[in-house]
Amino acid sequence: ENKETNKRMKEKRRKEKITFPTSQLVEYFRDQMRKDPDMASAVAAIRTLLEFLKRDKGETILGLRESLTSATDCLTGVDSSVAVSSGGELFLRFISLTSLEHQDLSRCKKVMEERGELFLEKISMSRTKVAKLCHTFIKDGAKILTHSYSRVVLRVLEKAAAEKKRFSVYVTESQPDAAGQHMAEALRKLNVPVTVVLDAAVGYVLEKVDLVIVGAEGVVESGGIINKIGTYQMALCSKAHNKPFYVVAESFKFVRLYPLNQQDVPEKFKYKADTLKTAKNLSEEHPIIDYTPPSLITLLFTDLGVLTPSAVSDELIKLYL
Amino acid sequence: MINNLFLSSSVACVTDGPGRKDEIERAKSEGKDLTKEEKQRLRKEKKQQKKSKEKKDDKASQENEKEKKPVTSAAPASQPPTKPTMQKAPSAVPATAPVSVPASEASGPADKPAKTKAELKAERRARQEAERASKQNKKGETGQQATTSKPKAPPSDLQPVVKRLPEHIQVDNPDVLKKLAKKLERQQTPEHYAAKKIPLRLDYGYKVSLFSHLHQYSRKAPLTQQLSIPSTVIHPAIVRLGLQYSHGIVAGSNARSVALLHAFKQVIRDYTTPPNEELSRDLVNKLKPYISFLNQCRPLSASMGNAIKYIKKEISNIPSNCKEEEAKSKLLNDIESYINEKIILAGVAIAKCAIEKQKISDGDVILVYGCSSLVNHILCEAFEKSRKFRVIVVDSRPRLEGKEALRRLVQKGISCTYVLISAVSYILPEVSKVFLGAHALLANGYVMSRVGTSQIALVAKAFNVPVLVCCETYKFCDRVQTDSFVSNELDDPDDLIVTRKGTTPLEGWQNESSLGLLNLVYDVTPPDFVDLVITELGMIPCTSVPVVLRVKNVDQ
Repeated sequence: ENKETNKRMKEKRRKEKITFPTSQLVEYFRDQMRKDPDMASAVAAIRTLLEFLKRDKGETILGLRESLTSATDCLTGVDSSVAVSSGGELFLRFISLTSLEHQDLSRCKKVMEERGELFLEKISMSRTKVAKLCHTFIKDGAKILTHSYSRVVLRVLEKAAAEKKRFSVYVTESQPDAAGQHMAEALRKLNVPVTVVLDAAVGYVLEKVDLVIVGAEGVVESGGIINKIGTYQMALCSKAHNKPFYVVAESFKFVRLYPLNQQDVPEKFKYKADTLKTAKNLSEEHPIIDYTPPSLITLLFTDLGVLTPSAVSDELIKLYL
Repeated sequence: MINNLFLSSSVACVTDGPGRKDEIERAKSEGKDLTKEEKQRLRKEKKQQKKSKEKKDDKASQENEKEKKPVTSAAPASQPPTKPTMQKAPSAVPATAPVSVPASEASGPADKPAKTKAELKAERRARQEAERASKQNKKGETGQQATTSKPKAPPSDLQPVVKRLPEHIQVDNPDVLKKLAKKLERQQTPEHYAAKKIPLRLDYGYKVSLFSHLHQYSRKAPLTQQLSIPSTVIHPAIVRLGLQYSHGIVAGSNARSVALLHAFKQVIRDYTTPPNEELSRDLVNKLKPYISFLNQCRPLSASMGNAIKYIKKEISNIPSNCKEEEAKSKLLNDIESYINEKIILAGVAIAKCAIEKQKISDGDVILVYGCSSLVNHILCEAFEKSRKFRVIVVDSRPRLEGKEALRRLVQKGISCTYVLISAVSYILPEVSKVFLGAHALLANGYVMSRVGTSQIALVAKAFNVPVLVCCETYKFCDRVQTDSFVSNELDDPDDLIVTRKGTTPLEGWQNESSLGLLNLVYDVTPPDFVDLVITELGMIPCTSVPVVLRVKNVDQ
């Protein structure tokens, strides 16, 4: 009998019309990204999911959850960064972390929507919180090294500059997309003296710098990070030079992965979404991210506070369990 | 420790003659004599202390006390004038004995006039020192010394609460041994006599000095030989279990815990509440002698300790108005569910987690050490889910447990290689992952496992090979340990003797005074060498063990 009811439920769910077809979803997502280029891709994804939730005309909560998961997968297909998938999963957990024992489905949905708005509000404040925590670690006269273009690091440096601190920045060029140049432009606008260096010159320049700050695309369970390719090298060199290596990341980037080495990172994150769809032989493609193990990281600045890599697991347990 | 022996021997030359040296040599050959003599001496000493406490007005007892006081209180306060007492102070344990023996003789009224002028002078000086010293350290120093004169007593005056060392790592302290013997005597019902008590298992052979604080038993002298038949104190299932432990028939931390729980189930089934007793209290008291007996057969593991704690808690939580049959069936159900949840299902969950999260991928070369039931289960499950990998089994003497693991894996059809631990650095460049089992996970993140595990983790770290430890959460314990010396287990040293080409070189090892055989069972691996711990709660880094313990305590 149980099997029969399960079958019937599955049929019902399939027949429920998807009022937010995938094409519209993707369009909305791209729209959000275009409107505010300063917004993290994960935040745009969460906004899209919230919109999806509002427009969804499902009849069951389980169906709603399933469709949200499939929407997240669909968004990951557009932008394959780790943050999108982690943000989506955390969004789903956050909105379901309340009592959904109401009889009326619409009331349940209303509760979930409210929690979704709350979640969005919380994470929009996260960058400010991180900047507030981190700028004190930048002393007057410091020389900072950073990697590629990270909006969080930019925010931190903005705050430090606003506090009238004098510092200079070295940015790596970060090929293949030369995102480092973009970062240098943004810093020049803040009147911060900036030098762009080759990716290969990291070891050369490290003796001149005092500290290294990088952003992260994802923070994994072990306390390590997933970030643009070249971060691992930078971390290794700064460990050899005994320079502190700081990571700034918002809490929605915490992801339930535990890679043991570079090879262990799932392929769907390693390459850009377009490459995953079109490439015939992935082993010939260049990966765009790498994994930095926790032993090379000094501290992580998140909106949950300043954490050591071993405390990340503690926070993850609180977030996910 | 070595200093103590040396000093005590020098002191003994002054007071007790060459008796102490002989004792040490005798201790090397046979452990029994030393404890008997020491027991006698300690009995005398205790009698003396009791007498001296009662007769405080008596001058002799006063002098006796004061003569002991400078011995004890001079230890923390380094006072140059009391040179003779200073010599005796560090070796407080054996020194109090020879000091009190002549003192006891002195206290006898007949011997009083026999004291020489020099002795009286020494006593007067000692009295002055004692008064000065007693003003300095008023915190129950002497009280401490009277009961357990440990070499650790000196720093006790700095902190008001003295932390006592657990008894199982104070085997070289005769007072503690005596206490243990007494405790085993006491664990009997009052009507029975000494013949039916739990015997004290005596140590065997010369112990390497670094590990002399641990027990070392011989397998040829099982505890059951000293038990009388019929033994009404110990249930036969427990006797059988103890024998199985001490002979290594039941080995491996999961197997031992499950066997223990099954034996306890039998005990509970055969149990009847005596009249005018409550089941919840009486059953716990009944279990205490069984646990001491099992501890004597083979020291309890951390997993067994946790299981026993759970059982005791369940028993004491039984409401008093519960009928006996109901209570017994409830307890049996509890034990059954504990085995099921914490051991069997946890193993299944861990295997699932390891396989689903791609920790075993195609083309992997996995290294395992010894025989861990959990790791074998994971590998067999992965093989059934058609992952293509091969295994390298590393083994070590004298247990050669790897052979059992090899047999199990080859039976399933997994392609295996077998090496001894000396070849580990040769084979590691081929290895992609190392899977280790654990005996216990300590609260500071250290992993306690079979001896040789930390060596493998160290070499794997040097070759940058990820090390994964698989452990169920019921093996997590609150203890903190940073080295393998403090708390360990010494196995039978005769296991190391092997006959090759007709000769047995180590046969007469007991006759060599400078030769000691050491057969360690466990060692401790620091968390820096371990990359990942897989538990049934998920994958956690080694440093998150206290988080899990905290969450568990909140749950309970």
